[in-house]
Amino acid sequence: MDPTLTDVVPDGRDVVTGADPKPPTIGIDHVTKAFKDFVAVDDAHFSIAQGEFFSMLGPSGCGKTTTLRMIAGFETPTTGSIRLDGKDVSRTPPHKRNVNTVFQHYALFPHMTVWDNVAFGPRSKKWAKAEIARKVDDVIGVVRMEEFAGRKPAQLSGGQQQRVALARALVNEPTALLLDEPLGALDLKLRQVMQFELKRIQREIGITFVYVTHDQEEALTMSDRIAVMNEGRVEQIGTPTEIYDSPVTVFVAGFIGQANLWPADVGSLNAGEAIATVMGSQVTAACRSTEVGVGAAVMMVRPERLSLSVQRPEGVSVVEGTVTDLTFQGPVVRVSLAGAGDVPVVAHLGPDAELPALRPGDRVWASWAPDAACVLPPAEIPVADDTSVEET
Amino acid sequence: MAGVAASGRRQRAWVPYAMIAPGVLYLVVFFAIPIYTLFKTSLSVNSGSRFVPTLEFSWQWSNYTEAFSSYQEQIARSFWYALIATLIMIVMAYPLAYVIAFRAGRLRNIMLGLVVLPFFVTFLVRTIAWKTILADDGWVVEMLGTIGLLPPEDRLLSTPWAVIGGLVYNFLPFMVLPIYVSLEKIDPRLLEASRDLYSTPARTFGKVILPMSLPGVLAGSLLTFIPASGDFINAEYLGSTRTRMIGNVIQDEFLRVKDYPVAAALSFVLMAIIIVVVIGYTRVLGTEDLV
Repeated sequence: MDPTLTDVVPDGRDVVTGADPKPPTIGIDHVTKAFKDFVAVDDAHFSIAQGEFFSMLGPSGCGKTTTLRMIAGFETPTTGSIRLDGKDVSRTPPHKRNVNTVFQHYALFPHMTVWDNVAFGPRSKKWAKAEIARKVDDVIGVVRMEEFAGRKPAQLSGGQQQRVALARALVNEPTALLLDEPLGALDLKLRQVMQFELKRIQREIGITFVYVTHDQEEALTMSDRIAVMNEGRVEQIGTPTEIYDSPVTVFVAGFIGQANLWPADVGSLNAGEAIATVMGSQVTAACRSTEVGVGAAVMMVRPERLSLSVQRPEGVSVVEGTVTDLTFQGPVVRVSLAGAGDVPVVAHLGPDAELPALRPGDRVWASWAPDAACVLPPAEIPVADDTSVEET
Repeated sequence: MAGVAASGRRQRAWVPYAMIAPGVLYLVVFFAIPIYTLFKTSLSVNSGSRFVPTLEFSWQWSNYTEAFSSYQEQIARSFWYALIATLIMIVMAYPLAYVIAFRAGRLRNIMLGLVVLPFFVTFLVRTIAWKTILADDGWVVEMLGTIGLLPPEDRLLSTPWAVIGGLVYNFLPFMVLPIYVSLEKIDPRLLEASRDLYSTPARTFGKVILPMSLPGVLAGSLLTFIPASGDFINAEYLGSTRTRMIGNVIQDEFLRVKDYPVAAALSFVLMAIIIVVVIGYTRVLGTEDLV
């Protein structure tokens, strides 16, 4: 088994299967899922630790929901296996797996009250009546829906339905809670409130959350670790900081936050550091990807890590460009430059940045600290589209 | 300005009335007026002869007591047959609708087509065809006799079961379609949610599918029970004098005996019982709570 990033939990402890006496809560063991000719999930291999808030992030059709449905038991892997607490459950039906799902559109039973919806799981499990009553009341309290226990789902707002769906899953005390874009149907304001709520509840009860979303901001805000998926493949797994600061592919760099992605030519590689030529300048950059070699590559720098100056600064990585556009965006001023060969360079300057009065057409130097840049394996660079920063 | 807006609103105000006018007119001419005439007839006496009746309105409530007391047996039999037929139809239609809604896949539309296919042949012809199928020298009787399910000398035709069977056959699509619609409307994610919440398939059916499809069962029952209890074709062609239903009596009174007042009174008795049964049935099943 290859010791990839996938087997590292937040505290850095190695949990390659077998190395740790306690198996991970969820193990995705070389899982592939194909629907006829379409490969929805391609050799996913990672594990999720007890108590983790783990997100699967990617654009629609990337395989994140299919992976979640395989953990829940609604789909069976074509190859590979799913483990819950170390036990292979790949072929166990959903009602015999101790995980529960919060569905995208809640899927509350319309003919039952809130209370009966929440009691549905415990009644299936045939808990004692008094036990059911106590647990259901408890969990309805946790999601703060006491006043609405007697209502039908149709009489609730979207956010309230969301809370009921959460309570209905949590009451069963599952090994892991699976959430399929649970906040997708809510408006922005409510979504932020519910993000906070979900985080609070997860901390309070301490169970593993597996969270599927296409919203990178949501994933960054809430997760302990994120798996970024694209076209069925897991591109990178890591903490939000790792994913943001040190993406390993062009896709991850472009999907999470905003990124300058420049064609680069790697001259030498040494101990995680690369010396490369970008827009005619020689620069140094960190390199975490094992797939980068000498030759063509892509270099990434976050816009907020760039500084601009009229005089060429000494001793740092630097490129020269012409100002094409300046936009005030509130917290930052966004400065667009055209570098050598018309390569776009975007810098976000904070309020404290020493910014000379720039005007379109001015020549400036953009510089960055060596640890701000990283070199990625060559890939097609997506066309920068300023307006489409993670909508919906 | 205000005047223009107001007149614009006034102009548009009559549009809804214009839209319902044809329907209302139709109902007045072909439903309300005939019902009123029928009601007057039911309280009249025939002062003329049997062949040239002359009806006089005279608040003759005895028509009702006479109709009820003379034909109690047929009235009871009608509702009894209709009830049994409806129950048989629920039992037959539910699994069929279930399969079409959840399991048929690409065959769904073909199966729905097959359900309504009998409608392409008229009611009367279908019933007469059943007469042939159930005939004493027909293959059904012969086969049932051979495998010992039907004692020799016993027959199918002219029995209550032939009439009930005909009712079931003729009205079954009206049971299948509403149940199908209510099942088809169930969000498949609810079934996944139920499975996710530890329900076995049987419990998912009992707690989610069945309660959510009850409105369809209710609609289907009304659509079949009401016409079945007033039906006379099946009893006419598949039954005997001992299986006469209230529809046959009304038809006879109108067309053969020509006792219009009693026939009219019987029609109202039938209508009244059906209304009471329907109200009771809806109350018991109480579908308002089902979204």
